[in-house]
Amino acid sequence: MQRTMMDFWVGLFVMAGIGALLILGLKVGNLADFQPEGSYVLVGNFENIGGLKVRAPVKSAGVVVGRVTDIQFSVQTYDAVVTMKVDTRYQFPKDTFASILTSGLLGEQYIGLLPGGDEKMLKDGEKIMKTNSAIVLEDMIGRFLFDKASEKRNSDPEI
Amino acid sequence: MIGMISLAKRIKTVIESIGHRVVGSIWRLGCATRFVLLVLLKSMPGFLRFHLITREIYFAGVLSLIIILVSGLFVGMVLGLQGYETLQKFGSESAVGTLVALSLVRELGPVIAALLFASRAGSAMTAEIGLMKATEQLAAMGMMAVDPVARIVAPRFWGGVFSMPLLAAMFSVMGVFGGYLVTVVFIGVDEGSFWSQMQSSVDFRYDIVNGVIKSCFFGVVITAIAVFEGFDAPPTAEGVSGATTRTVVTSSLAILGLDFVLTAFMFRGVS
Repeated sequence: MQRTMMDFWVGLFVMAGIGALLILGLKVGNLADFQPEGSYVLVGNFENIGGLKVRAPVKSAGVVVGRVTDIQFSVQTYDAVVTMKVDTRYQFPKDTFASILTSGLLGEQYIGLLPGGDEKMLKDGEKIMKTNSAIVLEDMIGRFLFDKASEKRNSDPEI
Repeated sequence: MIGMISLAKRIKTVIESIGHRVVGSIWRLGCATRFVLLVLLKSMPGFLRFHLITREIYFAGVLSLIIILVSGLFVGMVLGLQGYETLQKFGSESAVGTLVALSLVRELGPVIAALLFASRAGSAMTAEIGLMKATEQLAAMGMMAVDPVARIVAPRFWGGVFSMPLLAAMFSVMGVFGGYLVTVVFIGVDEGSFWSQMQSSVDFRYDIVNGVIKSCFFGVVITAIAVFEGFDAPPTAEGVSGATTRTVVTSSLAILGLDFVLTAFMFRGVS
């Protein structure tokens, strides 16, 4: 085979390979929602994070506005310190409520931000004061059983 | 008494044969390592005359394209079918995109592409170099003061190393396309949730880059084994055929073992 023909095929091959990588990044992966505008950091203390993981989405009104970047346990307050990066396009008031929610019955857990009515906005590195822990199924079942038992006692005065 | 002595002798021969094999294989491993280092040292001329490497990329990469693309398509289609079959029991068939993409990008893309590459291109490399040795072409080159390692072996090594990640990426893309074809086009999973669930769970740095790193490792291992076996082959017809078989067997085992080690390093704990 002639050398130019071979060069042509190899060039095509390399271009197709790089194209495949690009398709993987843009169409299959999450490179497309990479924001060049940058992001700012918010911190929140949660009593219980349940199954929240690093890279979990931060959503407000169902729209992904950021990602969880770090989860640490604090020995000062004995709770979980969750660091998240939020897109700078989205600013939240100071009294924003952060809670850990689950998408669907068995879905992944994410942080839901519910904006408050404060005039001042949260700045880079600031802490979200109002947080709500993840719902732990065992606690919920325990509480439910406890309620049921006390209900029965109230309606049954003979015992 | 005599029976005891002969038994002891027999045990001694067994132990000796085990030791002989272990020492032999370690010796061979050392030879292979030294050979690979030699190839790396002498790969500069190949880079200066890049058409040598281009030629090898053509033979190792471009000619492997058909088998890689077709098997990628079928692997993706099977993943789509099986994933749909299982996920629809839990009512979460829209997660089939995630399943197909993650399993392809992380594991199946690099590993199956590497296995195919080892049997398609690695064996050809070994046979070619081994046959050159058997017909004394390498010795003739040495006579003409052309270093056969720099002229023959190093371009093949680098050609294979360059081709492997590209082939693995194309395999993954074809697999995702195959999964899309089966689940969205044939079965009728919602197209929007197929792509959006896939995109929200496949991370570029964590999943795709790690997959590419894996395939780079596999490329180095396969081509190193292939060129070493070819160069080391006994210069007979039987020797070359044995070396070709050994290339495929050893590199397949090396791929699967290395894949476990790399996965353990890359995807452990942090999610």
